[in-house]
Amino acid sequence: MYAFEYRRPASLAEAVSLLSQAEEGKILAGGQTLLPTLKQRLARPTELIDLSKVPELKGIREDGGALVIGAFACHAEVGASDLVKRRIPALADLAVHIGDRQVRALGTLGGSIANADPAADYPAAVVALKGTVKTDLREIAGDDFFTGMFETALNPGEVITGVRFQAPDKAAYAKFRNPASRYAIVGVFVARFGNEVRVAVTGAGPSVFCVTDMEAALAKDFRADALSGVAVSANGLNGDIHASPEYRAHLVTVMAKRAVEACA
Amino acid sequence: MANPTGIGASVRRREDQRFLTGRGTYTEDIKRPNQTHVHMLRSPYAHARIRGVNAADALKAPGVVAVFTGADMAADNVNSLPCGWLIHSKDGSPMKEPPHFPIARDKARYVGDIVAVVIAETREQAKDAAELIDVGYEDLPAVVSLRQAVDGSAAQVHDEVAGNLCYDWHLGDAAAVDAAFAGAAHVTKLDLVNNRLVPNAMEPRAALGEYDPATGEHTLTTTSQNPHVIRLLMGAFVLGIPEHKLRVVAPDVGGGFGSKIFHYGEEAIVTWAAKKVGRPVKWTAERSESFLSDAHGRDHLTHAELALDKDGNFLALKVSTLANMGAYLSTFSTSIPTYLYATLLAGQYKTPAIYAEVKALFTNTAPVDAYRGAGRPEACYLIERLVEIAAREMGIDKTEIRRRNFVPAEAMPYQTPVALQYDTGDFAKNLDMALPAVDYAGFAQRKAEAAKRGRLRGIGFATYIEACGIAPSNVAGALGARAGLYESAEVRFHPTGSVTVFTGSHSHGQGHETTFAQIVAERFGIPIENVEIVHGDTAKVPFGMGTYGSRSLAVGGSALVKAMDKVERKARKIAAHLMEAAETDIEVKDGRFTVAGTDKSVGIGDIALAAYVPHNFPLDELEPGLDEQAFYDPKNFTYPNGCHVCEVEIDPDTGVVSVESFSAVDDFGRVINPLIVEGQVHGGIVQGIGQALFENCVYDEDTGQLITGSYMDYCMPRAHDVPSFAVSWHEDQPCTHNPLGVKGCGEAGTIGAAAAVMNAVIDALAEHGVTHLDMPATPEKVWRALNQSRPAMAAE
Repeated sequence: MYAFEYRRPASLAEAVSLLSQAEEGKILAGGQTLLPTLKQRLARPTELIDLSKVPELKGIREDGGALVIGAFACHAEVGASDLVKRRIPALADLAVHIGDRQVRALGTLGGSIANADPAADYPAAVVALKGTVKTDLREIAGDDFFTGMFETALNPGEVITGVRFQAPDKAAYAKFRNPASRYAIVGVFVARFGNEVRVAVTGAGPSVFCVTDMEAALAKDFRADALSGVAVSANGLNGDIHASPEYRAHLVTVMAKRAVEACA
Repeated sequence: MANPTGIGASVRRREDQRFLTGRGTYTEDIKRPNQTHVHMLRSPYAHARIRGVNAADALKAPGVVAVFTGADMAADNVNSLPCGWLIHSKDGSPMKEPPHFPIARDKARYVGDIVAVVIAETREQAKDAAELIDVGYEDLPAVVSLRQAVDGSAAQVHDEVAGNLCYDWHLGDAAAVDAAFAGAAHVTKLDLVNNRLVPNAMEPRAALGEYDPATGEHTLTTTSQNPHVIRLLMGAFVLGIPEHKLRVVAPDVGGGFGSKIFHYGEEAIVTWAAKKVGRPVKWTAERSESFLSDAHGRDHLTHAELALDKDGNFLALKVSTLANMGAYLSTFSTSIPTYLYATLLAGQYKTPAIYAEVKALFTNTAPVDAYRGAGRPEACYLIERLVEIAAREMGIDKTEIRRRNFVPAEAMPYQTPVALQYDTGDFAKNLDMALPAVDYAGFAQRKAEAAKRGRLRGIGFATYIEACGIAPSNVAGALGARAGLYESAEVRFHPTGSVTVFTGSHSHGQGHETTFAQIVAERFGIPIENVEIVHGDTAKVPFGMGTYGSRSLAVGGSALVKAMDKVERKARKIAAHLMEAAETDIEVKDGRFTVAGTDKSVGIGDIALAAYVPHNFPLDELEPGLDEQAFYDPKNFTYPNGCHVCEVEIDPDTGVVSVESFSAVDDFGRVINPLIVEGQVHGGIVQGIGQALFENCVYDEDTGQLITGSYMDYCMPRAHDVPSFAVSWHEDQPCTHNPLGVKGCGEAGTIGAAAAVMNAVIDALAEHGVTHLDMPATPEKVWRALNQSRPAMAAE
């Protein structure tokens, strides 16, 4: 790890200010990806701005029919939250299956979506649950937030403060894990809002995406069998030693069916 | 009454208290005053000529003490790391042994080859400075896979080794095999890959070099399974330090699995550099360094054919194997695919004719050497896959075909056609014990029930026999071993009756501090609390060969018994003197020495006191003291054997294999500590399951980059990937040629498990026309096998 300055602001305003003044600042929001990257000397920030003491990023609350989860909520906190378990149990279930116990104790919602790892779990929830990403400057629709592999709509220096998730009638997340890393090779988040169904897929492509054919099929008939004829193209999907694009495409259908079954 | 801490008692491991409470002392825990840290600058290229190393900027960096290159070592006449086993090719020529310098000199030959070292005040300073070193690499084409290595047009890893061929060796009677094949009713053929593995001991390798200018003594503290072997190899062959000036200490070591047998360049570097810089030099591998630089395991490509008569009796076996040595010959690399593999190809069967050819090849990858089982899992996997394929092809039940071909217990001792002579074993009994234990008769019902849930269920068997405690030394020497294969022990009674045992075996997870103490406790009728086991320090223990190949109890335990025999012989004389009786009238039981037919007796504690305070002692006949040493060179290998049975279920939608049950029936001879034996078997099975389903070391075929260089991509089995195991054994076939009747249990689980799991996987897939899959049976591979019309995997 290269040397860096460590900062721990006590307010959002201070955090934003420190970030704007930093030569090459990096936000530390749990650090479960950043710290291994630093240890391997693959990144060389001049300053790490630790958001752990910023009160504006904390907490989980109801907001009308939605849930607003602070950017600094760690995965274990989301998974254990009675409010999340009551309002969007599928989201709590997703959180308790991220990484391992140590990752869940430190990794945060904001850190995860800002990093936009193609195999991360939260992006599927943000999109499927019609999430809105709140920052210090604005609100960004979940559909517009993830723009590519490790890329988001965030501007330099912009800080995520939280995410507003809509509470669906039914939802479930089904993940096929990479046996080594336990990241999602394919994760499918299915959410039903009245007659509207969302099917968001993480792990399979460079970035989270919706399978509109599946959404249409499920809107008509919300049963796993409705997906039997809906194939996903392997074009543009990720391929590595663990799973080829064809296999990932196949798994999208399998996991989508399992998610629909889990909604029952 | 039996000694509650004696032989056969499930005594909890005494050493666990310190390990579990963080009080162990591992090499990295040792921090010397004024200690420096060394960072190994490793080649990022698989194959590159080194045009020069410019360290001028690095030497000016903060905290830097020194930078050394291969040229510096050459100037000090540092030699190549030696290979411990000379193999001769079919044509009688010796194997090719290109030099393996601790720091590369002319070329880097794998990603991870050390090209320079930086010594600094802190580890981070050393790493910072290493980035300032300018190495003039000229990238060369790399030879990565075995298929590339045998291709005549491939690049050469070593200019002087034509065709990358280290040796072309064979064993067995080719003519007899050909004749048997000519008359066979059926021939089963199989091409298989034995996948390359990364050992992954929990504690990464580490080494601390020290030099005392006052005495001229060097000390190396290292993560080794055999400190005397390191002292001999490094002192005599690499650095030229005489043994009386070189101490090697292997303190607590957190797992080895074979990977810490070998003498590694880093050990020579810290020892040599400590004198150069006049300060202690410490190196501890990071996990990614372990992936790159620990010797890997397995990596075979094999074609095999089994000839059978019309009744399924095996007539002959023909095997042709390519074995990957990696870029250089690691210490015992050359013996693994030869004397620890081909000699095991008879398995438990009376196959009358066997012929094996093994070509060992250099590639631009990390060296490959012994990894838990070392050659024997490869042999077992090959035989047991062939047997199950043959059974299916011929319509014979998979247990019946084995039973027909077992070497019967009454045929022991049994000479195989591949050099070994099995002393004992009742293979039918192992199977007889396993069948009811796994409810083989109920399998069809379980399969049908699984089918109702949409799952494919399969059952797989593996029988194995292994050869442990390599020996005798003179035979091994005739076959090319460049070391002895005995073990040492010293039993030192103290004046007040407690005992310190010095053993040449080394414990790095095996529990010797408990098991060896139990043997002493049993013999002398004392609690194990009165026995201390000392190991791992060449300054304390007699010359020993260490721990590998499941040898500690069979060889080191036997040396311990021999030393105790000597103690008892002397104690008997002392007892006779003390009780004014004839020595021949002394009876010994549980540490009490009694005059036959009387109630006169003395305990071993009284005898020890008399030996050290010899006021009433036969000084004209005996020396004072009660401290005896013994070396034991075995007459033969030991032959642990067993039958492993696995059931799996496969999710056809995803291809995921789940291990539903695993049962092992083993014959380890006599068992000293059942609890420890069970633990050894459990760990071994998990490693076998790991190879079968999860673990695979993958290099990029073009660049030689290690793709599975971390746990993000190299998949280790986790607790929830395996079921509870059903482990049992019998003790009615003790080893006939060692005093404890023990055979060894450390590798057995790994040897049988991979074959049993893969046979179960193929059994589950058989109804879909699948006859073979190579390990690991990953979800995509299984899914593709079930959907064979699909195009080949994009990434393979």
